[in-house]
Amino acid sequence: MNAKTQRTAWAAKNGGERLTGSEILLRALLDEGVECVFGYPGGAVLYIYDAMHGNPDFRHVLTRHEQGAIHAADGYARSTGKTGVVMATSGPGAANLVTGIATAYMDSVPLVVITGNVATDLIGTDSFQEADIVGITQPITKHSYFVRRAEDLARIIREAFHIAGTGRKGPVLVDIPKDVSAALAVYTPPEGPIRVPGYDGDGEQRPLDEEALDTLLEAIEQSEKPLVLAGGGVIQSEAGEALQEFLRLTRIPVTTTLMGLGAVPADHGMWLGMPGMHGTYAANRALIECDLLISVGARFDDRVTMRLDGFAPRARIAHIDIDAAEIGKLVPAAIPIAGDAKRVLERLNFRAAGGFAENAAWTDRLRRLKTEYPLRYEASDTELKPQYVIEMISRTTEGEAIVTTDVGQHQMWAAQFYRFRRPRSLITSGGLGTMGFGFPSAIGAQIGNPGRTVVSVNGDGGMQMCAQELAICAIHHIPVKIAVINNRTLGMIKQWQELIYEGRYSHIDLSGSPDFVKLAEAYGVKGLRAETPAEAERVWQEAMETAGPVLIDFVVSKEELVYPMVPQGKALEDMILGPAGSAEGGSKHE
Amino acid sequence: MNKRLISLTVNDSPGVLQRVAGLISRRGYNIESITVGASETDGLSRMTVAAIGDEAVIRQMCSQLRKLIDVREARLLHERPFVSRELMLVKIRLDPARRAEIQSLTDTFRCSVVDVGPETAIVQAVGDPEKNDAFLQLIRPYGILEIARTGETAMNRG
Repeated sequence: MNAKTQRTAWAAKNGGERLTGSEILLRALLDEGVECVFGYPGGAVLYIYDAMHGNPDFRHVLTRHEQGAIHAADGYARSTGKTGVVMATSGPGAANLVTGIATAYMDSVPLVVITGNVATDLIGTDSFQEADIVGITQPITKHSYFVRRAEDLARIIREAFHIAGTGRKGPVLVDIPKDVSAALAVYTPPEGPIRVPGYDGDGEQRPLDEEALDTLLEAIEQSEKPLVLAGGGVIQSEAGEALQEFLRLTRIPVTTTLMGLGAVPADHGMWLGMPGMHGTYAANRALIECDLLISVGARFDDRVTMRLDGFAPRARIAHIDIDAAEIGKLVPAAIPIAGDAKRVLERLNFRAAGGFAENAAWTDRLRRLKTEYPLRYEASDTELKPQYVIEMISRTTEGEAIVTTDVGQHQMWAAQFYRFRRPRSLITSGGLGTMGFGFPSAIGAQIGNPGRTVVSVNGDGGMQMCAQELAICAIHHIPVKIAVINNRTLGMIKQWQELIYEGRYSHIDLSGSPDFVKLAEAYGVKGLRAETPAEAERVWQEAMETAGPVLIDFVVSKEELVYPMVPQGKALEDMILGPAGSAEGGSKHE
Repeated sequence: MNKRLISLTVNDSPGVLQRVAGLISRRGYNIESITVGASETDGLSRMTVAAIGDEAVIRQMCSQLRKLIDVREARLLHERPFVSRELMLVKIRLDPARRAEIQSLTDTFRCSVVDVGPETAIVQAVGDPEKNDAFLQLIRPYGILEIARTGETAMNRG
């Protein structure tokens, strides 16, 4: 008996129409405004997929692997600011989501993750395709639900979206046993403001600590070398404009973390670039020398701070964060301000409306450092350099594309050489550093932003971790431009083995990888290849003029390293500029 | 490094102990004990965590615990006067010749003998853990066979 005949039978017997748990789930998702679910069916979610059958309102994209589905949902969420939704079956299906859940958790991405589970009478019996996914994912979810009754589904879905998308955002898992998705219940859409006992949206609506704001404004007044460090929280809270207004009023220079890139446009006169392990000389010197550091929506990740005792050693630190637990976690905050980045900045702008004088000696010095020590590489007319490819993509898209990256050297070059103009333009796994993220996340970003150019920048390693999703691009005509920065090696690992492990290259050779052009074509995606700068320009032009998806295999030189670099365990002061750092003739990109 | 007591009010939902314990272990916090039981309100339980660490670590731990949706409140008990108690059962060897000595020791510590067998007895001690530790020190020479301690439960005075 299928769900529909079951329901009709129930209605005939008891009067009144009830829905199955599966139908309630789909209605609840639609009521949340869900545009697209990425997923993969299996035994435990068959009732849910049955309810999708012939439901024209419900859009589901079938990926080729659950990991592709969750990265796509993640890319959708990061690029749109909406909550992404992914669905998978019990056991292996759910377990395949784990890396994606952790990826979203580390970067505070709002996701609702729906998994099926075996029927409640089989739970705990090691039954076929059973896994305790709630238990497995507890450390990497903001919250999770195991649904016991179909009656609870509507409320739980509403709560899940509320928790995922408010405060410090994050993934919420909803695990639905098979019998619950089949059971009948009345669907009453929850009304009125939502209240989850024990959750106040991380204090989103709590009054701000005006005294702390006073202290900060005084500190700005007194400071001679102030600096703003803006992170992913600025992007998440749509605080880009408020941040730029704050910079205009206070005349303070700014550095943006990997997750904060795009919060201020790259041509902003006060922007110093990215700080940290592969940060710019100017940004890292500013961190070393500043006497007041105002951190907004950044969490002092070790790739930013490097050795903590060498991080902003002369600075009083003001820490603005929506998550009170981040404040004081790694660096002591002299001025702790718990609150949403946008709210705090807007309040500060209101309070500081009169503006501050520029500390000209300080800002002049930083501008000089920025000009004297730009990001560089040795350009070549014959050899294709990976940095050149990123510069070319940046130039031709005028910094307006959504760029997704995988993890490794190409990720850092994309962060360094793409001149982002807008928030939510760089989609990258910053916290977890997940290979295989770059390409599927672009699919989600393109579905969420049909009008924008989406470029996915990958290494030849990461491209092979989720290449199967090429099928989705072809089937759904998702016009992502897929750049493979192909150096036939695991470049970042090679870089560390070269610099830190004295050239003992261990298991980094990727020669023998498939011909990426043929791989794309096998899936029905156009494939192109470039081996010189001139070819790259021509081929990229062709790709941009192609309406559908294109994979471009950029065969780049193998020897390039990402510079500047602060080796792990060292302080920002120990930054290595690299061979091109002081040489003449390198491409000046600033 | 001090011992600090954190009182948690939590939703009485499945897995809440796992969430709290999991958070503590994955963030590497050091705890001595954790107790859980019903509270004065239906649907809410109360946990007492005896944590070891400096002030900053304990505060950080409270902030992290507050982020769990099922944690309604996390309070540092030492910020105000508080009482804390632990229940301990100790099974000891009962040497008839030394019965009187043992009796006088349990009386001094206001412990009660809750079970007597031909060769063993179970003594119940209730107090703060330091008192219970002191009792164990003194009773040890008589031959301890088994110890079960609940860990501390506590609340603010007044």
